[in-house]
Amino acid sequence: MSIKGKAYIAGIFEHPTRHAPDKSTAQLHAEVARGALADAGLSKADIDGYFCAGDAPGGVMAMADYLGLKVRHFDSTDTGGCSYIVHLGHAAEAITAGKCSIALITLAGKPRTGVMPPRATGAEADFEAAYGATTHNVYGMCAMRHMHEFGTTSEQLAWIKVAASHHAQYNPHAMLPDVVTVEDVLNSPMISDPLHRMDCCVVTDGGGALIVTSETIARGLKKPLVRMIGHGEALKGPRGGKNLDLTYSAGVWSGPRAFEEAGVTPKDIKYASIYDSFTITVLMQLEDLGFCRKGEGGKFVADGNLISGVGKLPFNTDGGGLCSNHPVNRGGMTKIIEAVRQLRGEAHPKVQVPNCDLAIAHGTGGLLGIRHAASTCILERA
Amino acid sequence: MDSAVKYPTPQGNPETAKFWQQTVEGKLLIKRCTACGEVHYFPRSICPFCFSDRTVWEESSGEGEIYSFSLMRKSASGPYAIGYVTLKEGPSLLTNFVDCDLQRLRIGQKVKVVFKTTDGAPLPFFTPV
Repeated sequence: MSIKGKAYIAGIFEHPTRHAPDKSTAQLHAEVARGALADAGLSKADIDGYFCAGDAPGGVMAMADYLGLKVRHFDSTDTGGCSYIVHLGHAAEAITAGKCSIALITLAGKPRTGVMPPRATGAEADFEAAYGATTHNVYGMCAMRHMHEFGTTSEQLAWIKVAASHHAQYNPHAMLPDVVTVEDVLNSPMISDPLHRMDCCVVTDGGGALIVTSETIARGLKKPLVRMIGHGEALKGPRGGKNLDLTYSAGVWSGPRAFEEAGVTPKDIKYASIYDSFTITVLMQLEDLGFCRKGEGGKFVADGNLISGVGKLPFNTDGGGLCSNHPVNRGGMTKIIEAVRQLRGEAHPKVQVPNCDLAIAHGTGGLLGIRHAASTCILERA
Repeated sequence: MDSAVKYPTPQGNPETAKFWQQTVEGKLLIKRCTACGEVHYFPRSICPFCFSDRTVWEESSGEGEIYSFSLMRKSASGPYAIGYVTLKEGPSLLTNFVDCDLQRLRIGQKVKVVFKTTDGAPLPFFTPV
């Protein structure tokens, strides 16, 4: 059974805030849920499926109770930043199977205001916890190895930030709306070699939500129709330390699964939302998804190739996590939202891709250089 | 991280107790599966490759080379370098590089294990040979 064409994204909402010291995290979840319902033209009573991840205070039971939801299907899969792309696939499966008909997915939190809860650990804790793995240095290890094997340069990585900044200048909510140059990136302080400050995404409070539903219901609503035609998910970790290879991610498995289900190839994609926790994240994902060959990501992203209206593959036209928003340090939700905006023709006119009928939203979660998940979604204008 | 850093005490469990008993002796243990022959790290009772329960402890040479690393420039305890070492015996493991000039680390560099004290069992780290 395939989910191809069975689920529609009928409502989207990205919280405009980037700093919310005066709100609770649960409140932010409720605000984004209201926003997505309003966008879809539905009410809370219509929701019969709910999806949330580790950012939801108290988990799915507490969150559904707080929101006053009465659902017959739920899922609290947590795979870090890509949880919401995973949820999208699981919601499509549930809708296809008749387990629910209108699903709500929420993300919200306040890492800019407060401290993030510690990451959950498993059997590896005693063998890894002492070594100070943060996001910066773990993604730094990936970049270092990629440079070693393929000659990728800091200048090439910088182009990813430059492209994001070109898009962010048109986003009134972007945390960093200024256009930057390759030199600006290279001159920003080194955080964890070889990643500079401008190779890193922003830290923001906020959130986002989605309403996913069936074709029948979506066709009765007002928004332009956007449907899912392919989805994939995968996990990768050191698995005992054999043949360690930090130059590729679980996207090498989630991507082909999604493309195969959709019956399209990377060449067909008009717009790409690619998780940009760091510049290296984008570069590796583009290779892993097949937009270019492994090792050639540096050349692919250089010279503005990711800038809308300039290059061949417009990416993250909202400014992405690098410049606009990275709520709760989890970038998957905003990746889906900007892809839907592009397919609806609702992106900012300066970055809207002409005749955008096919898009990809892809993300990773966890720590790319240790253990992580990847999820890929192919979306089509119906 | 320098020697003034207080490292977390390994909690241990029945599956890994032997590993931590041996770090006290300055030994780095890995697990070998006698069914498929593969070695792995961190240690499991059941082989993550063939799922056999015929795994045995083996002492590693403690020698290997740097697979990758990243120097974190700022932290509460000062700059430190995280990285992966690929042991001579095969498996790669996550660690920090210590007792050296962190600016001169490079991929492929030969390193060996050193142990740092905690309030419990010592923890393995690596330093250039």
